Amino acid sequence: MTKQKPIAEGLFTWPAAQPALLGSRCNDCGIVSFPAAQSCMACSGQDVTVEELPRRGTLWTWTVQRFMPKAPYHSDETEQTFQPYGVGYVELPGGVRVEGRLTENDPAKLRIGMAMDVVFEPYRHEANGDEVIGFFFRPAA
Amino acid sequence: MDVAIVGIGIHPFGRTPSRSGLQQGAYAARLALKDAGVAWSDMQFAFGGSASAGSADALVNELGLTGIPFINVANGCATGGSSLISAYNAIKSGEYDIGMVAGFDKHDRGAFNADPEALGIGRWYGELGLMMTTQFFAMKIQKYMHDYGISRETLAKVSEKAFINASMNPNAWRREPIGVEEIANSQMVSDPLTKFMFCSPSEGGVALVLCRADQARRYTDTPVYLKAATLKSRRYGSFEVFAPSQALQQVDGPTVDASRAAFEMAGVGPGDIDVMQLQDTEAGAEVMHMAENGFCEHGEQEFLIQSGATRIGGRMPVNTDGGCIANGEPIGASGLRQVYENVLQLRGHAGERQVPGNPRLAYTHVYGAPGISAVTLLQN
Repeated sequence: MTKQKPIAEGLFTWPAAQPALLGSRCNDCGIVSFPAAQSCMACSGQDVTVEELPRRGTLWTWTVQRFMPKAPYHSDETEQTFQPYGVGYVELPGGVRVEGRLTENDPAKLRIGMAMDVVFEPYRHEANGDEVIGFFFRPAA
Repeated sequence: MDVAIVGIGIHPFGRTPSRSGLQQGAYAARLALKDAGVAWSDMQFAFGGSASAGSADALVNELGLTGIPFINVANGCATGGSSLISAYNAIKSGEYDIGMVAGFDKHDRGAFNADPEALGIGRWYGELGLMMTTQFFAMKIQKYMHDYGISRETLAKVSEKAFINASMNPNAWRREPIGVEEIANSQMVSDPLTKFMFCSPSEGGVALVLCRADQARRYTDTPVYLKAATLKSRRYGSFEVFAPSQALQQVDGPTVDASRAAFEMAGVGPGDIDVMQLQDTEAGAEVMHMAENGFCEHGEQEFLIQSGATRIGGRMPVNTDGGCIANGEPIGASGLRQVYENVLQLRGHAGERQVPGNPRLAYTHVYGAPGISAVTLLQN
């Protein structure tokens, strides 16, 4: 049976009924970092609490990656099967702007300010067949 | 103690299969020594950098083993600027009278592939395909165009100017003029930026001989004085390359900080500058850096570029040697290329691409990963 595992531990809750990205909030200055860190980039404080980030936000800026990156890029694709992918920063209210891949790669369907939801989907397979789960932002329905 | 640049040397940028990066650095170093009328054995110290072509201090194997302190500098795109600041401080302190700054590189073809873990970012960031400087620049100009009304044609015009200026620079890599239409319609790399709007990793070398200002006339009739050299890294809240997240509240980036510090150090303002070399990793970067360095308000670039103000002969000439777009970016040498060009311009030796009206003050600016900027201000 195919097993699923997150692309990195601690990046988002997994497995979970309603997975979410994980950030760290500084208990001294209130600033949120993603991914969760052990100290605060804003004030150097080390008293931080890991919390789930909001699942919906707005697209702050975006682009489309048109060529296949070199390593450390690691997907199931080859130069022949590569598909351009969207990349953007999504502003999560009360939290932070998170950079991530977009499920949409058509510039005509991407607009600064549009609502986006974070989703967790299979990204690639390990040699043993396990599915590696990544996080993506999808235009809200 | 003020500091002067009394010798400059360059190895042509682009692709030189017959010479290693180190040999290109040595070539530039020999020209700089000759330009100042000195020997390598006269150098009391050296700072140098190379990202992909070995240790800069291996230059001593080419130039001679004289026992001087040669310090390797590694600071991404600000490597050259960082070497220069180090040399500036070494002379200013009174410790040394004369020394060299050198930078060279030789990169593989294609986009840089940076290692996320070397920058303290998880491997997942690269695996997902986010570890690309090209994406950052594309997203920054995308947002900027949205906020300040910069058009795609203006981006193409930046590249058009780069190739026109490079056509008058025998040391540039891409010296064939390319029209606005062809630039705009070339292969899309990362929306809204096309192939001809980006610089590419390349090869080249630059070296400078610096000395105490009060001894400069021993070596040259045309000394150029380093009035300011600053380096800043990012503060919390600035929008930077290789950032898995960024703050909701944005603050000024390292370019703004380095620029302000340089103007303060030199006691002059942006309006006093006669010629400027600004980091143009891609066409949008040049547009944004014009404002970030204080040369115009955000959004004014649309008119300035469309009206030709940034061309040679315009009222604020930018990247007179073709910039990174036409020279490519050998990381170790790139920032020093800007200084080389400004020294030529201030000496009045820039030939066909000489900025008219005897320029007196010249400005250089680099920006690079993971959010650093270096600025220099030169005066003749």
